[in-house]
Amino acid sequence: MAAVTSVGETPAPTAASRPRGMHARRRRRLNIFRYVVFTVFGLFFLLPLLAMLRFSLEGSKLGTWSLTAWKEIASYQNTGIPPLLSAIEITLELAVITSVVTLVLLVPTMIWIRLRVQWLERTVEFLCTLPLTIPAIVLVVGVGPIYNRIQHYSLSALMLFWIYVILALPYAYRALAAGLGAIDVKTLSEAARSLGASWFTVMVRVISPNMRQGILNALLLTFALVLGEFTIAFLLLYEDVLQPELYNISRSTPNAGVIFSTSFAALLFAFVLLLILSYAGRRRRGRG
Amino acid sequence: MTSSSVTRTRDGAARAAVEVRLEGLSRHYGPVVALDHLDLTLQPGELIALLGPSGCGKTTTLRLLAGLEDADTGQITVAGRDITHVSAAKRDMGMVFQAYSLFPHMTVRQNVAFGLRLRRVGTADRDKRALEMLDLVGLSVQADRYPHQLSGGQQQRVALARALAIEPQVLLLDEPLSALDAKVRAQLRDEIRRIQLEVGITTLFVTHDQEEALAIADRVGVMKDGRLEQLASPTEVYSRPATSFVAEFVGLSNRLAGEVRGGEVIVRGCKLPLVEQDTPDGQVVALVRPEAVSLASRAPESGTGTGTGTGSGPLTGTVIAITFLGATSRVTVDLGDTRVMAQLPTSEASALSAGSRVVLAIRPDPVLVSADSHPAASAAGEDA
Repeated sequence: MAAVTSVGETPAPTAASRPRGMHARRRRRLNIFRYVVFTVFGLFFLLPLLAMLRFSLEGSKLGTWSLTAWKEIASYQNTGIPPLLSAIEITLELAVITSVVTLVLLVPTMIWIRLRVQWLERTVEFLCTLPLTIPAIVLVVGVGPIYNRIQHYSLSALMLFWIYVILALPYAYRALAAGLGAIDVKTLSEAARSLGASWFTVMVRVISPNMRQGILNALLLTFALVLGEFTIAFLLLYEDVLQPELYNISRSTPNAGVIFSTSFAALLFAFVLLLILSYAGRRRRGRG
Repeated sequence: MTSSSVTRTRDGAARAAVEVRLEGLSRHYGPVVALDHLDLTLQPGELIALLGPSGCGKTTTLRLLAGLEDADTGQITVAGRDITHVSAAKRDMGMVFQAYSLFPHMTVRQNVAFGLRLRRVGTADRDKRALEMLDLVGLSVQADRYPHQLSGGQQQRVALARALAIEPQVLLLDEPLSALDAKVRAQLRDEIRRIQLEVGITTLFVTHDQEEALAIADRVGVMKDGRLEQLASPTEVYSRPATSFVAEFVGLSNRLAGEVRGGEVIVRGCKLPLVEQDTPDGQVVALVRPEAVSLASRAPESGTGTGTGTGSGPLTGTVIAITFLGATSRVTVDLGDTRVMAQLPTSEASALSAGSRVVLAIRPDPVLVSADSHPAASAAGEDA
């Protein structure tokens, strides 16, 4: 039936045309908002990075360009502090050890809790996220006596992994919990068990491969945390890892270019790692 | 009956179908009794469907048999061997789950071969067997796909192939069709039965869908509150239900007030035989199947036939609803003090309309009576 419109009355837009017009306007506004947000945040993050990069490429005269600071990463050594390259090596080793220990500790524990003792899940989640709420200085005061004892046996900065594992727990836990939550752990494990798999096989060959994205994310977060950690290493007097080393260089050298080139390289490394891990995860999703 | 009978696999190898015995099986979850001293024997090569409402204990029974849970009391024997305390991994049972359970990171072929790999079967034999099993379920061309590339029905067929690949002694099916749409469900249901008969494996099938249970099982076990109410052939469960619960749960029943007198029950003037001949005289509620009720649009010439009423008698009423079910239709008739459902061929039902006056006739099938229920709710039960 045709709609009746009295004289002088504005006809109401048709049901079909009104939403389309509204949608188009709304979409346009949303797009503008999106670009503004993207640009502001892009500038917020990129400007300091670009400034770092520019500073690290500054030549001996103002306004000139030079790769000296980048070349110095491999050879830089100043009196009273260990070589920069060895600090980078130790930090990378520390990142690998921390990541491996965190995953070895958390992955089986979390799978086991999900499968067999689900009532413990909340408690473990609370314990794992607890380090996030404790300031680094408090942690250092707490673990100070323990590190005194550890340093009695070994002065290696690699011993920092004990506390780094604790620091990484909240991030790794959340990443792994997300990975675990994305699969039907109970059904998969029961299916594997009914086919004759032991609990170890269930964990290693059935559950872990399916939470690969979560494991990769946990790995990345742990790596990034170790690469950027300064406070605890510095306060526990481990000055031969990257961040305290950079701090010491900044205090002892008139040419700060090498600090910025090294920091930028560390950031770049974390970024490349993120790209690799997300690419690996995407390939997996595409396949499985 | 012997404890095992020999059937043949696709490759011609002899396989012994085994007897499964559950004796006095109980399981409690805190104060809730999930299973209450259940006794059940599956004959070699037999398919038993456990049917019942949610929480009746059917899935618990299956999980206890699979070893995924431990029984509080009781014993489970397979081919005479006590496996009550054997772990799930060593029970030699194939299981298909309600949820999709294929390993997402493995191809279809790898999924099917997984159990064989655990048994250290060589790569060539493993692949051959996996393809055989996929062929059995009609999916050999999908062997190199990943589970997410398959439909729900295909995934469940692969799960069936995976369960059978290890040549288990017993096949356990835990509502494998419930996540599928109606058409695929019916197809896969028939396929499961075909494969089960072909492989000749003793099978326990758990479902809440009575149509599924009645369609493919050798025997149907109807469960309630952790106990078996009846274990019999599908025909017997439907036509001679052992209890009023079974009568109401399996198919639809009209609940009509009647009186037992001399081994018969008189329902609105109709004399109907009893399932339980020794029912004492007295007032009861008779459970009458809708398909035992027929309708005529006008009063018959004489009311002498068994179970027919007169034009103005107690079996005369008004049609208030007609539900189209496909080949049949369900007609609800208001008799004034109660309502009765009749299931008729759609061709007959189409001659009726809401408001028509009809006369009911009740076929003299043996009926079950219940003394403890009120006839006010005239129709109960689930759709068949």
